[in-house]
Amino acid sequence: MTRKLTRRTMLAATAAAGAGSFVTSVQAAPPAEKVTPELIEAAKKEGKLSWYTSVDLPLAEKVAKAFEGKYPGVSLRVERSGAERNFQRIAQERAAKITNCDVVNSSDAAHLIVWKREGMLAAYVPEDVARDFPDIHKDADGMFASWRVTVCPMGYNTKLVKAEDAPKSYAQLVDPKWSGKIVKAHPGYSGTIMTSTQQQSRDLGWEWFEKLSKLKVMQVQSAIEPPKKVAAGERALMADGTEYGVVEMKKNGDPIEIIYPTEGCPLITGPSGVMVNAPNPNAARLFYSWCMSAEGQQLNVDVGALRSAHRQVKDRSDMVKFSEVKTMREDAAAVADKADEIKARYVKLFRV
Amino acid sequence: MTLRRPDLSQPLMLLVAALLVLMIVLPMGWLVVYSFSDKAGNPTLENFVRLFTDPDFLDPLITTLIIAFSTSAACCVVAAPLGWLVARTDMPLARTFRVLVMASLVTPPFVGAIAWEMLAAPNSGLLNQLWRAVTGAPSDEALFDIYTLTGLIFTIACYTFPYVFILVANSLDRMPGELEDASSMLGAGTWTTARRITIPLAMPTLLAGALIAFLQALNTFGSPAILAIPAGFHTLTTKIWSLFEFPPKVELAAASSLPLLVLTIVLLRVQLLVLGRRGYAVLGGKYGAPRLIRLGKWRIPVATAAMLVLSLPLFLPYAALLNTAFSPVSSQLVTPATFTLRNFYFTFTELSSTMPALKNTLILAALSATLGGLLALLISYIVARQAIRGWKVLGFLATAPLAIPGIVLGVGLFLAYTRPPLTLYGTIWILLIAFITIELPAAYQQFRSAFHAVHPELEEAGRMLGATRLRTLWDITGPLLRASVVATWCFVFVGVIRELSAAVILFTSETKVVAVLIFDLKESGDVGAIAVLSLTIVAITTVVIVIASRLSIGRDAVRLRTIAGG
Repeated sequence: MTRKLTRRTMLAATAAAGAGSFVTSVQAAPPAEKVTPELIEAAKKEGKLSWYTSVDLPLAEKVAKAFEGKYPGVSLRVERSGAERNFQRIAQERAAKITNCDVVNSSDAAHLIVWKREGMLAAYVPEDVARDFPDIHKDADGMFASWRVTVCPMGYNTKLVKAEDAPKSYAQLVDPKWSGKIVKAHPGYSGTIMTSTQQQSRDLGWEWFEKLSKLKVMQVQSAIEPPKKVAAGERALMADGTEYGVVEMKKNGDPIEIIYPTEGCPLITGPSGVMVNAPNPNAARLFYSWCMSAEGQQLNVDVGALRSAHRQVKDRSDMVKFSEVKTMREDAAAVADKADEIKARYVKLFRV
Repeated sequence: MTLRRPDLSQPLMLLVAALLVLMIVLPMGWLVVYSFSDKAGNPTLENFVRLFTDPDFLDPLITTLIIAFSTSAACCVVAAPLGWLVARTDMPLARTFRVLVMASLVTPPFVGAIAWEMLAAPNSGLLNQLWRAVTGAPSDEALFDIYTLTGLIFTIACYTFPYVFILVANSLDRMPGELEDASSMLGAGTWTTARRITIPLAMPTLLAGALIAFLQALNTFGSPAILAIPAGFHTLTTKIWSLFEFPPKVELAAASSLPLLVLTIVLLRVQLLVLGRRGYAVLGGKYGAPRLIRLGKWRIPVATAAMLVLSLPLFLPYAALLNTAFSPVSSQLVTPATFTLRNFYFTFTELSSTMPALKNTLILAALSATLGGLLALLISYIVARQAIRGWKVLGFLATAPLAIPGIVLGVGLFLAYTRPPLTLYGTIWILLIAFITIELPAAYQQFRSAFHAVHPELEEAGRMLGATRLRTLWDITGPLLRASVVATWCFVFVGVIRELSAAVILFTSETKVVAVLIFDLKESGDVGAIAVLSLTIVAITTVVIVIASRLSIGRDAVRLRTIAGG
C-alpha cells in the first residue's frame, strides 16, 4: 500500500533512528552565502521558480513583483493555499515523486521541522540570516529561518461593537451574548490557526474551545478571512485571524480594530526554506536570499504589516510595537507532535 | 455496409475497450479495494462500520439525503409549471426564457453559490442590507441567511431546476396535440384537459426530472463546500474531500464514496424504467403541433413572475458578481465614485496563477472535447452498426460514468494513478481522463441518437433516388453528424470548464484549472478576483456556445444533451 506519512510516526521513527541517522542532521549550519553574480546568472538561466506559501495572496504577489523587478528574467510563480493544505499537497506530490516546489513558506513552523527530518530541505544560509537573525529564528543546521513573524489576535467591527463593549480577553469572548456574532478560521486549513490552537489549548484548555463551539461560530478556512468577514460586517467579532490582515484593512479605512487578549496572543512564526529537490535550485536560492534580506523583510513590514526577525528592519508607526504585545509561547515541536490530535479534537467540537 | 471487418475491427475494439478500462474500471476497482482495506492494506469492514455508526459520517450522509430530497421537490414545484407555461401557453418571451434558462445552466454552480453569499450572507449580504435599509431593522437581523441548510438547498436548487425545466418543456413540446384536441372536443374545458390529459402525460418526465435533480443534489460538491462549511456542517461530498486533509484517510474516503455510487446506480435504473414508460405515450406517427393555451389577461403577470424566478439563478447572482468585480468592497454597491478596475488589474497582471490556470483550462477543455468526442463517435459508430462482437459492453461502459459522481471518480483516479505503472497524478493527463470520463456518456448518447436519426428513412430515400452509398453518406449522414459533432464538442468544452469536483482532488500546482483557482481564492476570501475569474469563464463559455449555434443547427442538440449530462 502507499506509504503513509504522519507527523507522529515520522517523529517516532526519527527518534528511534537516533544520532547518526541520515535524516537527523548533526552537522552545524553551512557557511553564510552572499548573492553572487554567478548565482544571479544561473538563476536567470533557470528563468523561473515556484514558491509555496500561505501568506495573504495580494501580499505574496507584491513580494513576487518586487523580486521580479529586482532580478528581471526570473519569474516567480506564487502557489498560495492554507499552510495545512500546502503541507498535504507537498506530501501528496512527494509520494507521487513530483517536484514542483522550489521555496516553501509555512505559517505552521512545525512543518519545517517535519520536512527537515524527512530530508526534504536544503541547507543554505543567506548572509542576512547568518548576520541579522537571532538564533531562535533560524535552524541550527541552516535549513530554514523565520521569513515572517506575526501574532493571531482577536478583532471587532467598530460599527457593530463599541470599544468599551468589545471583549478584552479570551474569557470574555466566550460569553453567550456573542453567540452568532463570531467568525473563526480553521486549523485543518490554516497553519496560523493550527499553531494558535495548540497554544490556546495548552494555555486556556480545551474547555475554552468547547464553550466557543457552542456560540454558533461562523467557520471559515484561512486566517486571512476572519478580518475580511469582520470588516464587511458579516460578523462582529473574530476569534482569531492574522494581525497583518487587520492592520492593512484598518489602513484602508475599514471599520475594524485589533484586540490583543489579556491572556496573551498566539505567536506565529512562518519559516521559509529551500527544497532539496528544487527544480530551479539557483533561482530558489536567489529568491530565498532576497526575501530574507533587509530589503525583502522591510517590504513584508511596509506593505504587508508583518513583523520581522531581521535586526535592521524598522517597525511601522501605525502598529503597536512588537515588544509591547503580550504573546503566548510558541512550541513548534509540540505542534509537530500533536497536530493530528489537535485537528481531530477541533473537528469533534466544531463539527466541520 | 459491408466493412472489411477482420483487419481493423479487432484492434480498434481492443483499443477502445482498453481505454474504457483505464478510465472507468481501474479507478472504480481501486475504489472498492480501498474501501475494504485498512491502513496497512488488510481486508476489513471497519470503514463501513465507521461510516454507518460514527456520527461524523452518519450526519453528513443524512444531511445529504435531506438536501437531495428537498432540492428535487423544490425543482419540480418550480420547473413543472414553468415548463408548461413555456411549452403550452402563449406566455410572452417564452423563447427568451428558454435561452435564459440555458444561461443559468452554463453558470458553474460553485460560482452561483459564491454569488449568493454576496447577496444573502446574513449581515453583509446585499439583499439583507437592502432589507434593513428599507425596513429599518436592527443590524443583526437578516431576511435571508444563506449559511443554513435551507440556504444551501435553495442555492443547489437554483442551478438544478434548469435540468428539470428543460426535460419537462421538451417533453411537452413533443406531446401530441391531438389528445388534447380530443379532450376538448369531448367537452372538457381548458383546465380539465390540462388536469386529465396534459399532466398525466407529463408525469413520467417530471418523475425523471425529479430523479435527475436528486442525483445532482446528491453528488454536488461546489455549493456545499462554499456554504455548508461556514454553517458548520458537512455533506457527504465535502466530507470525502476533507478526508484528504493531512493525514489523508483514503480508505475512509473510498468507503464514503460507495454509498453515492450505489445510490446513483439504483436511481438511474429507476429513471430508465420511468423514462421507458414515457415511450408509449409518444409512440406512433407524426402529430400536429401542440395547442397553445391562451393566458389572456394573465399573460403579463405570468411572464413577470417567470422572469422573477429567473432572477434567482441568473439576474441577481450576475448583478452581485459584476458589482464585486468593479467594486473595491463586495459588500457595498459600486458607485461612479468607487468604480474601479483594480480587481481586473490584480487578476490579470498580478495574480501569477491566472494565466497558467486559464491556459490549463482551455487546453483541457479543447482536448477533452476533441478526444472525448472522437472516442464517443467511435463507440457510437461501433454500437450503431453493431460492427464488432461485444458492442453491447462498449455501449454499457460508455454510459456507466453517469453513475459515477465527480468526486468519486476523482478519488478513484487518485487511487489508481498515484502508483506505478501509470503514475499520472501531477500531470495534465489524469485531469484529461477525468474530464473525458465525466463527459463521455452525454457525448456518446448524442452521437447514438444522431446515428439513429439518420438511419431509417433518409438514407434509404437517398439510395432510392439513385445516389451511391458514399454519396448518401456525404450528402445526408455527414451533415447531420456534423451538427452533432459541433454540438457535442461545445457541450464537453462547457462541461469541462464548469467541472470542480474531480479536479479538486486531482490537481497539483502545475495543473491547476480555473475552477480550482476560484475555489482556492474562496478559501482566503479574495472575492474580487473570484468575481473577475468567474465572469471570465462564463464569458468564454458564452462565446463558445454562440459560435456553436452560429456554426450549426446544434443549439437544440446542445440543449437536449445537457439533460443526458445530468
